[in-house]
Amino acid sequence: MKPRVDWIPPALLLAIALAALAMIGNPSTWVTLTVAGLAMGLLIFIMSSGLTLVFGLMDVMNFAHGLFIAVGAYVAVSVMKLFSASAGSESFLVNLGALLPAMLAAVVVAALLGLAFERIIIKPVYGQHLKQILITTGGMIVAEQLIHVLWGPDLLPLARPSTLRGSFLVGDMAIEKFRLSAVVIGLVVFAAMVLVLNRTKIGLLIRAGVENKEMVEAMGYRIRRLFVAVFVAGSALAGLGGALWGMYQESVTVHIGAQMMVLIFIVIIIGGLGSVGGCFAGAILVGLVANYVGYLSPKIALGSNILLMVMVLLWRPQGLYPVSKQ
Amino acid sequence: MITTLLSGDQPRSRILACTLMAIFLALALAPFLFPGTRPLDVAAKVCVFILLVASYDLLLGYTGIVSFAHTMFFGIGGYGIAIALSRLEVGWSAIAVGAAAAVLLSLALSFLIGLFSLRVKAIFFAMITLAVASFFAILASQLSNVTGGEDGITFKVPEILRPAYRLLEEPLLGVTVGGRLVTYYLVFGTSLLLFLALLRVVNSPFGRVLLAIRENDFRAEALGYRTVIYRTIANCLGAVVAAIAGALYALWLRYTGPNTTLDFAIMIDILLMVVIGGMGTMYGAVIGATIFVVAQNYLQEAMKAVSGAMKGLPLLPDLFHPDRWLLWLGVLFVLSVYYFPHGIVGQLRARMKK
Repeated sequence: MKPRVDWIPPALLLAIALAALAMIGNPSTWVTLTVAGLAMGLLIFIMSSGLTLVFGLMDVMNFAHGLFIAVGAYVAVSVMKLFSASAGSESFLVNLGALLPAMLAAVVVAALLGLAFERIIIKPVYGQHLKQILITTGGMIVAEQLIHVLWGPDLLPLARPSTLRGSFLVGDMAIEKFRLSAVVIGLVVFAAMVLVLNRTKIGLLIRAGVENKEMVEAMGYRIRRLFVAVFVAGSALAGLGGALWGMYQESVTVHIGAQMMVLIFIVIIIGGLGSVGGCFAGAILVGLVANYVGYLSPKIALGSNILLMVMVLLWRPQGLYPVSKQ
Repeated sequence: MITTLLSGDQPRSRILACTLMAIFLALALAPFLFPGTRPLDVAAKVCVFILLVASYDLLLGYTGIVSFAHTMFFGIGGYGIAIALSRLEVGWSAIAVGAAAAVLLSLALSFLIGLFSLRVKAIFFAMITLAVASFFAILASQLSNVTGGEDGITFKVPEILRPAYRLLEEPLLGVTVGGRLVTYYLVFGTSLLLFLALLRVVNSPFGRVLLAIRENDFRAEALGYRTVIYRTIANCLGAVVAAIAGALYALWLRYTGPNTTLDFAIMIDILLMVVIGGMGTMYGAVIGATIFVVAQNYLQEAMKAVSGAMKGLPLLPDLFHPDRWLLWLGVLFVLSVYYFPHGIVGQLRARMKK
């Protein structure tokens, strides 16, 4: 039997986009804003998907998730500096020679760090919520200070590769190249994730574990190992997201992780804790609404995320796609 | 008499009792024991943070809820005083209006947040409060015509609290008795009173229910206590005390800004103080706040010396750079969550039991 897909949230996204088109009135502005919103949403999705899965699988909420984002961004800064010659070249392929190592390094370092973090910090406090929150917050404090030690306290510039600067002009619509590539990378990650979760045995186990982990254990699978793998993958994705987000903002500060954490929490609450699909819909929703509202009435823009969260929770208290828990 | 004042909650450890007494005496006589502006600043900050941390401990240590919105209420108190004193005629009535408005706003906000999210898991509440608090911090820095934006508000206090005011013509024991002294004792007295009140709360039947909820909320509910209501009341109580602490701090600094009240770093500081001092004991707040604030002000100088001594070695001088003091307190924090969940006070009491 195929599970029924809940089409209301995607329809809502479409409705919001169309309503925004009506309110903005100017199609080319609308396209620019929509691409920006999608790019932002997909980047947030890359960063938050791991966190929501980790929570769904083991009931672990990692308040230090922002650390992996920050580390990803900082590693990207260092690697891009190393490859600055090829990043400055006019050829896209040569640019890739800097971009790919930067992304790869961010992913690898964040993954290794995630492994260490899981073993040292989180493992001793499985199942104790209060301690988890405290200990991961403590880990975040220490890690932020260590970043200070390693990279210094100043804001570091993170230049995009030269062929990804500027924007395409289609008619009178301006689409920033980097945003478009962020959309592409985000969609690739999402597609890969959906494939892994729905088409492989590991994905099946993860989905089963989110719904009922005792049952998966009773079948003889070691859910702890699965959890470590998911945690490491989530950290790696956060590192990738951090590297891309740093390029999106073109600068990196120590607080990049903590700042993103708030957005990420909002996204995974909106999506429904533990649900990847919900996380995706929530991230796009947050990205689009932030950009539309920012254009239409900048005054409300600051509160738009919170308002959005409150409205979604009033409508569906468990989030857009509630995870059925036994 | 002392037992009544402490609501029957004795320190239960000789070392702890001596330390608490020493801290109390040092704070009570601070203007005479440590003359100078900076020590008095430190002492006033210790008073305010003892109160703030104690009110947070009511949530974290006694009720078992993690809130990241405590600085928001601290900030509301500060901004209440600042806005009232800069808009209205400077005087005690303005202070009263500002404090009352701040307390009411905190009460309403904490009630709403509580009702909205205390029904669900601790994690969910922590995430919601984090989001709300960060929204509030952004709001305060953006609404610059009300809050002064990033610059904050510098305001005038009633004459008796101004540094230039002289209560006595002649210095008393070599200390000028003026507006600063009056303000200090206002801060000290209010903090002490509210601290004792909080001690009363946690040792009342109500406090016992909070402990029961912390230990096992399901069982508490089964015994017939509406846990949501108890949690919400604790949340409101904590928020109101935090707002008053914010008001006191604003009066002492004669300034309120995002960096002194709403910054997330202050939330981290509060967490560190509660955990290092000892969760679930009001005395932990006293010990934690004192150690932390003193370290904040004096540890950096010690670290400068260490860092200087290690010059030439790789990485080590950076690790001991004076700005990295939070690193070491963070490590201490993580270690105490693992090994001493009841902090310094818990350790001292456990030693007594042996």
